[in-house]
Amino acid sequence: MTHISVTVDGTAYEDDVEPRLLLVHYLRDRLGLTGTPIGCDTSNCGTCTVELDGMSVKSCTVLAVQADGCEVTTVQGLARDGAWTPLQRAFHEQHALQCGYCTPGMIMAARDLLRENPRPGPGEVRKALEGNLCRCTGYQNIVRAVLAAAEETSASEERQNTQEVTA
Amino acid sequence: MIPPAFDYVRPTGLDEAVRTLADAGEEAKVLAGGQSLLPLLRLRLAFPELVVDIGRIPGLRGVREDGDVLAIGALTTHHEVVHDPLVRRYAGLLAQATETVADPAVRHRGTLGGSLAHADPAGDLPAVALALDAELVAVGPGGRRTIPARDFFTDYLQTVLAPDELLVEVRVPKREGWGYRYEKFHRVAQSWAMVGVAALVRRDDGHIAEARIGLTNMGATPLRAAAAEEALAGAGDPDAVARAAQSAAEGTRPSRDASASPEYRAHLARVLTKRAVLAAAGMG
Repeated sequence: MTHISVTVDGTAYEDDVEPRLLLVHYLRDRLGLTGTPIGCDTSNCGTCTVELDGMSVKSCTVLAVQADGCEVTTVQGLARDGAWTPLQRAFHEQHALQCGYCTPGMIMAARDLLRENPRPGPGEVRKALEGNLCRCTGYQNIVRAVLAAAEETSASEERQNTQEVTA
Repeated sequence: MIPPAFDYVRPTGLDEAVRTLADAGEEAKVLAGGQSLLPLLRLRLAFPELVVDIGRIPGLRGVREDGDVLAIGALTTHHEVVHDPLVRRYAGLLAQATETVADPAVRHRGTLGGSLAHADPAGDLPAVALALDAELVAVGPGGRRTIPARDFFTDYLQTVLAPDELLVEVRVPKREGWGYRYEKFHRVAQSWAMVGVAALVRRDDGHIAEARIGLTNMGATPLRAAAAEEALAGAGDPDAVARAAQSAAEGTRPSRDASASPEYRAHLARVLTKRAVLAAAGMG
């Protein structure tokens, strides 16, 4: 057993884990955070994507012991006081999910893109999501949702800037 | 699946890591970013007794200039390589090829040293290291040694590294004024290259003065397309490049698998070499 301290969605945890325990199993089986699903055994599908110290990773391809001392954000840590983020809202409004299995990973990967590139084009969104598979053939609406979230976020930032100028 | 059980250590320094590896012998595996090792463990294709996590050893991450060379720490992630201004300026081929490795989440964890030491001939970076004439610095119980990329890869997933040696640095000669292009052929996003071609071209007075071509997945190790390189010298127009590219598969022994026959891979090598060289030479 190896001792780890890890902060997940703002809560600090201390645990003894087997070194072979994958981060995704730690999140789901130990912490009960089942919002992060497991889709494949080959690091391809991306549905288990979470943030490790602010960067997207496939949590099936990280050992829990490698997350020792790190901060993990899952899809369950995004909403604040029950209020969804623009990305979550856009996935809902643009019908970017059918079965919903890929959605947590899609949202975490899209967050990563929007942090680096707040106003991406459709091609850039597709490239950024190349590590995430949707088997309901929902890519069109997923891309639409990410673009809508980008637009909403920059529009609200512009409003804020205008308010600051007028205030 | 759940990986087989193993013991785990996370050495805090290079000496400790090398000592640990020397004590463990053949039964230990080195873990850097884990993007090759973890899938192997999960699919139960590897059964190490001990995993030595070098991920937090200080001093092995980042890019610095060392005279005519870029010294890239082995633990520098793909994401860092892609965005590094020194790499983009002096080794643009490496940045471009690295951007095609897997997907963003994998590039956040995977490391340059890890993908070279893993030595998968379908990996993109071994062929790029060959084309760039990189040198690989390894540290073992006997000290440091520098290995030219052309001597590093010995067979499928095999390198000259001893079990108690660690790859610590990748040294890439700085190149300015060279054109470059990495052409990768795959059927679906984020999959391995069926074939990849890394081209570096120096032009002189409208002609190709020198071309360096690395081939991905055209044999058990990454290869240089020596015959095509020779034929490209002096090429001054797209037709001459196309003719020279016909020899790109000479001396290669590509494998057969579910996605391609050796003949098809040879065809891809010729086509991709033409495309890569035309783009690198600004003739495309």
